[in-house]
Amino acid sequence: MENLLNIFVKSIFIDNMIFAYFLGMCSYLAVSKKYKTAAGLGMAVIFVLGITIPLNWLAYNFLLKEGALTWISEDFASINLEVLKFIVFIAIVAAFVQLTEMAVEKFSPSLYNSLGIFLPLIAVNCSILGGALFLPTRDYEFVEALTFGLGSGIGWFLAVVSLAAIREKMAYADVPKPLRGLGITFIIVGLMAFGFMSFGGFELPFKNKEQQQAELEKTSQNIENVEEVSVANFSE
Amino acid sequence: MSTETLEKEVKEVKKSSEPLLSKKRKALLTNPLDEDNPITIQVLGICSALAVTVALKPTLVMAIAVTAVLVLANVVISALRNTIPNRIRIIVQLVVVASLVAIVDQVLKAYSYDVWKELSVFIGLIITNCIVMGRLEAFALGNKPWDAMLDGLGNSFGYAWIILAIAFFRELTGSGKLFGIKVLPDEYIGNGVMMSPAGACILLGVLIWVIRSRNGYVED
Repeated sequence: MENLLNIFVKSIFIDNMIFAYFLGMCSYLAVSKKYKTAAGLGMAVIFVLGITIPLNWLAYNFLLKEGALTWISEDFASINLEVLKFIVFIAIVAAFVQLTEMAVEKFSPSLYNSLGIFLPLIAVNCSILGGALFLPTRDYEFVEALTFGLGSGIGWFLAVVSLAAIREKMAYADVPKPLRGLGITFIIVGLMAFGFMSFGGFELPFKNKEQQQAELEKTSQNIENVEEVSVANFSE
Repeated sequence: MSTETLEKEVKEVKKSSEPLLSKKRKALLTNPLDEDNPITIQVLGICSALAVTVALKPTLVMAIAVTAVLVLANVVISALRNTIPNRIRIIVQLVVVASLVAIVDQVLKAYSYDVWKELSVFIGLIITNCIVMGRLEAFALGNKPWDAMLDGLGNSFGYAWIILAIAFFRELTGSGKLFGIKVLPDEYIGNGVMMSPAGACILLGVLIWVIRSRNGYVED
């Protein structure tokens, strides 16, 4: 449970999709002119990330990873389909987005009006595919992957809403002509990223016992190393 | 009637016998370098422009990878443009691009493992790089393969020179190196801000400022 909270906080603030990895920048810059549309797309991203990350986790762990196919037969233990991960991930994302769009349009026209128009945009949003591509590099459990997906989505939502709020105010500022629009937006994003960097200094309080143990060992090793080095220097 | 159709045919024949590098086609190559640049004017493909540009070497590899994918995808999609049903075109484009990226990824993994590791997810993210999708949607679906290839080349060069410029300044000021070789004297202390994503953002903002005040493009 504490571990989940860790991943959640980390994916929202410290490893924020926008400010730490720059994922989903294109749509981030394109829709952040108005607060309302920004909030709409942000909600859609939370929704899609929260579902496609666990789906991709399933695909990765039961289809693509080395030895993932052992649930069919023991003979497949040596098969590694990781080459196909790009195609599988993007197919899952695109298919899911298409399905949701159709389902939302049919069952809830009011939701479709506020959210549906953003869904096709999301299929090509880097943060969705990026989140999926982070999965093989991090050993998440299923629930952890779900938390990671939701957290990243919320982080993206926060980033886009706050930029949109700033840009709405920027309309009243007198910006040099060539800097107008994209240029000044980049500088604002840079300043916001500085702000978010301060989260990087946070020590997450919720550690499980294994992590604490590992850290203790690390520090004691460091001390030993330092002692060895100083002894070596002395003997020279 | 028949004369009209004949004239049309003649015109079409004339069109197809356009010289391989006519003025219009040269413009396809050169426009994206400055006044129609994918990054500074069209605002496409920003993610990788900021994320991979910490040093020159991975940036160069990334630029080559994007060029390969964009040119090939443009040619393939434009060759298939009359057979792709309109409703599912996005998925077809994604599949074509994803297969190309998978090939590029394997080649890099085999021949340049260090850089491949450094670029990690960003090779995969060429799939959703807006430049690729944007060019496929806007150009390849409506033009012949040769034109599409020139357009792909032009746009990827436009992309490449911007990210190389950013990487040049970031590596030089961030660590005093170029391509991993120290060029500034040892007394120079690297500027950590330039290595961080935030520095990249501000640098790109300033670069856009310079380019737009040169070519006079104003956004409203």
